[in-house]
Amino acid sequence: MRIPLDWLREFAQVPADATAEDVLADLVTVGFEEEDVHRPADGLTGPLVVGQVLSKEPEPQKNGKTINWCQVRVVPEGAEQTLTGEGVEPSGVQGIVCGAQNFEAGDKVVVCLPGAVLPGDFRISPRKTYGHVSAGMMASMRELGLGDDHEGIIVLSDLGLDAEVGTDVFDLFGLREQAAEVNVTPDRSYGFSIRGMAREYSHATGTAFTDPAAGVTPPAADDAGPSVTLADEAPIYGTDGCDRFVARVVEGVDPAAATPPWMAARLRLAGIRPHSLAVDVSNYVMWELGQPLHFYDADRLTGGITVRRAAAGETLRTLDDKERTLDPEDLVIADESGAIGLAGVMGGAATEVSETTTRVLIESAHFDPVSIARTRRRHRLPSEASKRNERGVDWEIADEAAERAVQLLVELAGGTPAAGVTDVGERPAPVVVELDPEYPSRRIGVDYPRERVVELLEMLGAQVEDAGNVLRVTAPSWRHDLRVPEDYVEEVARLDGFDRIPATLPVAPPGRGLTRAQAQRRRVADVLAGGGLTEVLTYPFVSEAQNRLFGSATEAEGAAQRMVRLANPISSEFGWLRTSLLPNLLEAVRRNASRGFKDVALYEVGAVFLPGQTLGSPSNEPIGVQPSAETLDGLQAGIPDQPRHVAGAFAGHEAAPGAGFTPRAFDWQDPIAAALAVGRAVGVELTVSQGAHQAFHPGRTAELSLPDGTAVGVAGELLPAWLEAADMPARTGAFELDLDAVLAASAERVVARPLSTYPASTQDVALVVASDVVAGEVRATLAEGAGDLLEDVALFDVYEGTGVPEGHKSLAFTLRFRAPDRTLTADEASEARAAATALAAERHGAVQR
Amino acid sequence: MTSSPESGASVDAPQISPVDAAAVDAAVEAALAAFAAAADLDELKAARLAHTGDRAPLTLANKSIRTLPKDQKATAGKTMGAARGRITKALAARTEVLEAEHAERMLREEAVDVTAAAARRLTGARHPLSLLQERVSDIFVGMGWEIAEGPELEHDWFNFNALNFPPDHPAREMQDTFFVEPRESNLLLRTHTSPVQVRSMLERGAPVYVLCPGRTFRTDELDATHTPVFHQFEGLAVDRGLTMADLRGTLESFARQMFGPEARIRLRPNFFPFTEPSAEMDVWQPQAKGGPQWIEWGGCGMVHPNVLRSAGIDPEEYSGFAFGMGIERTLMFRNDVPDMRDMIEGDVRFSQHFGMEL
Repeated sequence: MRIPLDWLREFAQVPADATAEDVLADLVTVGFEEEDVHRPADGLTGPLVVGQVLSKEPEPQKNGKTINWCQVRVVPEGAEQTLTGEGVEPSGVQGIVCGAQNFEAGDKVVVCLPGAVLPGDFRISPRKTYGHVSAGMMASMRELGLGDDHEGIIVLSDLGLDAEVGTDVFDLFGLREQAAEVNVTPDRSYGFSIRGMAREYSHATGTAFTDPAAGVTPPAADDAGPSVTLADEAPIYGTDGCDRFVARVVEGVDPAAATPPWMAARLRLAGIRPHSLAVDVSNYVMWELGQPLHFYDADRLTGGITVRRAAAGETLRTLDDKERTLDPEDLVIADESGAIGLAGVMGGAATEVSETTTRVLIESAHFDPVSIARTRRRHRLPSEASKRNERGVDWEIADEAAERAVQLLVELAGGTPAAGVTDVGERPAPVVVELDPEYPSRRIGVDYPRERVVELLEMLGAQVEDAGNVLRVTAPSWRHDLRVPEDYVEEVARLDGFDRIPATLPVAPPGRGLTRAQAQRRRVADVLAGGGLTEVLTYPFVSEAQNRLFGSATEAEGAAQRMVRLANPISSEFGWLRTSLLPNLLEAVRRNASRGFKDVALYEVGAVFLPGQTLGSPSNEPIGVQPSAETLDGLQAGIPDQPRHVAGAFAGHEAAPGAGFTPRAFDWQDPIAAALAVGRAVGVELTVSQGAHQAFHPGRTAELSLPDGTAVGVAGELLPAWLEAADMPARTGAFELDLDAVLAASAERVVARPLSTYPASTQDVALVVASDVVAGEVRATLAEGAGDLLEDVALFDVYEGTGVPEGHKSLAFTLRFRAPDRTLTADEASEARAAATALAAERHGAVQR
Repeated sequence: MTSSPESGASVDAPQISPVDAAAVDAAVEAALAAFAAAADLDELKAARLAHTGDRAPLTLANKSIRTLPKDQKATAGKTMGAARGRITKALAARTEVLEAEHAERMLREEAVDVTAAAARRLTGARHPLSLLQERVSDIFVGMGWEIAEGPELEHDWFNFNALNFPPDHPAREMQDTFFVEPRESNLLLRTHTSPVQVRSMLERGAPVYVLCPGRTFRTDELDATHTPVFHQFEGLAVDRGLTMADLRGTLESFARQMFGPEARIRLRPNFFPFTEPSAEMDVWQPQAKGGPQWIEWGGCGMVHPNVLRSAGIDPEEYSGFAFGMGIERTLMFRNDVPDMRDMIEGDVRFSQHFGMEL
């Protein structure tokens, strides 16, 4: 909401030297946040004067353009040119080259004389161009920074203006004025008016407020006015779409009457483009009083007016010249010809006030905010009128606003008020709240005496009735937001000043600290970062194809078939929620590589979205009521599982090359090792087995499982063809784990193992097995076969080639034996080793080499 | 190679006689001179082999003692014993010197330019947003609060209705919500972490003191100061007799731990459906870029009775306060991050600059 300061001064005691910043500083204390300052003169330096084009000689150019060589009078004939400076003609007539075509000799225009500076530090000086010396510029609105209008230069008569040659344009356009712009929160509809802001200014500063509505005395309603029927047969939530309609007619309006400069200046400063007198008057009254008005050409109406819901299939051509099919829920203004306006949102084209209109019917109505909001959303028609109507307008102001518009049309357009004042509808019951006068003190922690509470509530316009223990408070008609005692608590605290609230620190009951899972997640993150991976936080938005390719870490075979699609994504391609962290994590790898960081290891911890059979549930629980346990269970059941995953990716080398150091390239083993490290960080020993995943290299994919055999993830090298197609570094590897599942497998208690201090006996064994036998299984078999004396078994070499038969490989293991109670003999160790190899021979056909 | 003096056919006949004390002495002197002349351990080894090896004159002389007549054996043995003793001593002394020299030379030769050390492995890092989230959590855990979490994909009831957003209220539209297809599912990406407040109250009852950090979503296009995916932390305290002064006190204590002892809090009236009164919260930043100033930090207020009722808490018995801040925004002004895109693109330089601390 933009507040021109001189407009505000009419109703509030704003000091003459106050700036927009000063006003903003006051308004913020009562809850209107600063948005902007508008000062058209900033960045604009004179001289800017009214000039009259004496002659205009078109000169076609080789480039196809036609320029006009003009003589422009900038000092009244016979008067002396008092300005001096390079390029200023003492004769008072400037020669100016102008490219615009929208003017004729005789027109009055805005001339920027040499020495003027326009926004963007554009300095006007005489310059040679097209064979002339052009000493000045005829300006457009945009060049002056007054708007976007750049169709041509400003011609005063187009604006309905006339002014003497030489008139200072700063004065003519009110450019030395300023406006403060504030943000109005959705609960404070009255803030969208000078009236409301003047009242708040008085609250903020403790100065006097003059109600603009108080200066208007509307005539009493009678039966002689236009016929209006309120006929809402389908109220929303039981509230009539329209509960007040004031209609007035002004006759003999001069359609050619122009908007006076002061009004145009105020509107422009308020951010509204002046249009025509009738439109400007309706906007002016809306801005001043907060009541949206609509003007009809009374001669284009057919019969009486009815406010009703639209009929199915009914259409309406709105003011923006769009044919709209109406919804039966839309509230419309209709006459006997059908709908003539979308109530409170936009009028219809057929009954619009035009350049021939002499009889104006003024509509000043009060609508149901919910109905207006729905229509506005349905037709995507945000307007200044709908903005106010859907937040709620003061029911009481309708007749004053209509009268104010009548007065302005009489005053500025020579009209005459027609006999008859229509005012139909029923005042809604006011909301009365019983307020314990001590309640504000209890909620805020400031001692507000009873008298102070009453004083503050009356200050905001409420009626306060003393009812013994409680105050019976009736909200002012413009405050739809005051419905419960807490609303008045805020008003008391706000008007008394939030800065008076002290600081006390409440003591919480003893807490239990982080949950185990929260602490474990931190440890996992630290372990990965400590292991050289960099944490990233990517968006959860992916394409359908990405979800199909990467599926979910726990569904290595085949992608997740179900996924969540957004109704209104930022990008329609990436309109699904991720079922895997990998697509965007790998995109981060690619982005780093493209920025020159080809050796990268990244990880992410985040949620994935795995919908079940049902997606969502109805939402019709009333406000302020706890749903039943069954309802809550139902809501919960429709919300997809969102397990936290952890994923990592490795591309390039383990480090940059250094002095005497050749870094190793990352390979399929790094992601496996990292995944195992994640498990170990929380005391879970993950099992690695040969896996399969359509995004991974078929021969280099590990499935990771919990000790109980549940698969919880995948690790390995990505599919080479996919890496190439995705412009990713070759041999990039990755892992992904269902972190929640890993954490859940973490033991509540780790049981210690006694440490034997007797010497170990270490024995190596090389076993030849078929190539498709996996090392992990042989190792597990050796561990099983070796018995209790075995302390550890580790694979230290895999060999194929000379000495090993074709289609076979040799696996070399180190077995470490130790007894808890004695020094082992070599024979005991060899015996255990023999048992281990025997079992390997039996299970895997392993032959000792 | 062995000699067999008994056979009398020895190849290596002794050149000096063990009874010839002068000759033996000369040989010892020669050996000592050779040891002393050895410049390193290799030369010393050569000298040792030459003077004490199997075919060295002294060795042969020593071996020939056995062949001497009995009456000469004692004298010869004594002479040779003394000779061996001198040689062994000299050799040990020279070895010690040369080994020390060798060790010193090795250390000298093995010296490296330590400034040329390679990194050997990639440097990992936590994301600053995660670090900040943990730091904030730790501050509140220190005050006895607990950390609560909830789903990012939420039901409309938790995100709006339970928080006192009537279905047609304009405040809903201020939230720029991502909805799930089909719309009738009433699922959405939570627009704030406030649903976790409702869940916490439903699960824990009153009194409750929780901090809810997490990811939130709004349909903003990504630019220097907006991102459709961002993080918030919200605090909720519900207890008997809590006031807005308690809210201010909590915020000030928090601000001082985040920004230093000079930090202050300013409250300005504002509107949120879920709080009444509602306030915008500014924090005084003495170290702000561009001079000390108030910086808008978040929203707060006293929990609306409708919210308490939705979560099964009696507003007649309990009152509460809540507050919420953006983590990205906090990181931007606390750590001078100029562009929000740096936080979300995953460029390793951004996180690595912070490393494991912020």
